[in-house]
Amino acid sequence: MIHIRSLEFNYRDGEFRLNIPEFMVERSEKVAVIGPSGSGKTTLLNLIAGIVTPVNGDVTVDEVQVSELGDSGRRDFRITNIGFVFQEFELLEYLNVLDNILHPYRITNALTLDKEARTRASTLARAMGIGDKLKRYANDLSHGEKQRAAICRSLLTRPKLILADEATGNLDPVNKSHILDLLFRSVDDHNATLLAVTHDYELLKRFDRVVDFKDFSPNNSGS
Amino acid sequence: MVTAITIITFLPIAMQKLVTESDRQLTARALSTPLLVGAKGSSLDLVMNTIYFQSEPMETITMAESFRIDASNLADAIPVYARFKARGHPIIGTALEYFEFRNLSLQEGRLFAILGDCVVGAKVAEGLDLKPGDSLLSSPESLFDLAGIYPLKMNVAGVLNISHTPDDEAVFVDLKTAWVIEGLGHGHQDLAKVEDPQILLNQDKNTYTASAKLLHYTEITRENINSFHFHGDQSNFPITAVIAVPHDQKSGALLRGRYLAKNETSQIVRPIDVIEELIETIFEIKHVLDAVLIAVSIATVLSLVLVIMLSLRLRHREMETMFKLGCSRWKITGLLSSEISIILLVSFGLASVISILTSIFANEILFTFII
Repeated sequence: MIHIRSLEFNYRDGEFRLNIPEFMVERSEKVAVIGPSGSGKTTLLNLIAGIVTPVNGDVTVDEVQVSELGDSGRRDFRITNIGFVFQEFELLEYLNVLDNILHPYRITNALTLDKEARTRASTLARAMGIGDKLKRYANDLSHGEKQRAAICRSLLTRPKLILADEATGNLDPVNKSHILDLLFRSVDDHNATLLAVTHDYELLKRFDRVVDFKDFSPNNSGS
Repeated sequence: MVTAITIITFLPIAMQKLVTESDRQLTARALSTPLLVGAKGSSLDLVMNTIYFQSEPMETITMAESFRIDASNLADAIPVYARFKARGHPIIGTALEYFEFRNLSLQEGRLFAILGDCVVGAKVAEGLDLKPGDSLLSSPESLFDLAGIYPLKMNVAGVLNISHTPDDEAVFVDLKTAWVIEGLGHGHQDLAKVEDPQILLNQDKNTYTASAKLLHYTEITRENINSFHFHGDQSNFPITAVIAVPHDQKSGALLRGRYLAKNETSQIVRPIDVIEELIETIFEIKHVLDAVLIAVSIATVLSLVLVIMLSLRLRHREMETMFKLGCSRWKITGLLSSEISIILLVSFGLASVISILTSIFANEILFTFII
């Protein structure tokens, strides 16, 4: 599903450099990425999603060489193939839960917001246990409910790949386990691939594979 | 933010409209009043008191001044006595010629014909819910002036059509009624018929001496109207001004010349000269206000820019999230621009609506709050 080869990346200030000789994730695999803060875990997700592009090397997702696409192509690829789950949920507080879930459809021409999308949003919300909160504003939700809404948003486009950046980092232990259950179940239901950055070592045993960032990128220097 | 932008946009427009309208109103009224004669002193007070019914009661002249102008054959004289009030509205003692001079017409009823009648302006009638046949009490000059002027219950004889001038806010009475309010004319029990020794203290041929117990009438009725009388020579009775309407330009110049003498106790003014001087002062103040408003507007615009910048900074994460989800930077910029545009459009729309309303109701605003 994901294939990275000979990747070199650095930000413009030059203080941060990331080198990944090779990194692969199989289809439907659930992979956890661990490593010290500032080692480049989030940058890896951004490279896979085409938010940033490498200086050298290839990033291939579902046989599409993302690093070779133009800005518009990367955006369209991202919104139709990748679902993002963030640590801080990143819901828009002035929108209700339903509109937050449908938000990807409102910000791009690559997707069409139709009745089917609305129905799917409601179905996903019910499956996540927030079906009765669709009309509530994001600020009125608990942390756990916010993350459920964020997962619904990431799954709405039926992405082949879910990128989770410390998705359970802001949750209490009970919610952490429950949200991960929901995320895993959704990924299985959608036959998707999950690549999750985490600092939570208790959750690692639930993933198919754990990648320690320092193992394959010894030259990284975080800022 | 919408309110702030609306106010910034609306204020200069409204101020411009109100100043222009007040200029027009003041000038029109002054232009239609050729000459004013009054006691020496502030010419502005004389004009404001006589044609706008504003300012505190001023020094009086005597009715002789009106007779003098009439006798000169240079102008027609319309005496005005603007001193008293009835429920906040000025009582204007004048002659019937005033209505013709100001082109005032009746909405209902008739003009004053007998002592105690009054004719009310359209807004007085509307505000106090008066119609012909109703009565209106004059206000005492001072609440504690026990020995002074008694309130007079006046009969509303007619209501004037609206004229969009200060006349709408006035109560018009005959000069004699005004003098009754002042106490120069009065009615009381017929002493020849009084037998109570506590009232009739002394009687000597045609001279009667009465005590304070003598009943004074505070309302003029058909029954007691004949008991009302004036003591003294009416040419010595007070008025506040005389509107002089010269027969021609030359007559006007000659009449003005007659008031140039050093020992002259009255002054004659052309209201338009006084008002133009006032408007010049208003415009000078307006220029200062304009400058202040510009400075405040610049400061407010800069504050708004700062608020928008801070808001964008606060929403940086939101924009980054949108970008990460797949929204283009251009689209994000477009969305934010749309939000700002909507705020500006709503603000300018509101400012336009309020400005249009200000234009429509400029007259009312001026007479209610300013003039």
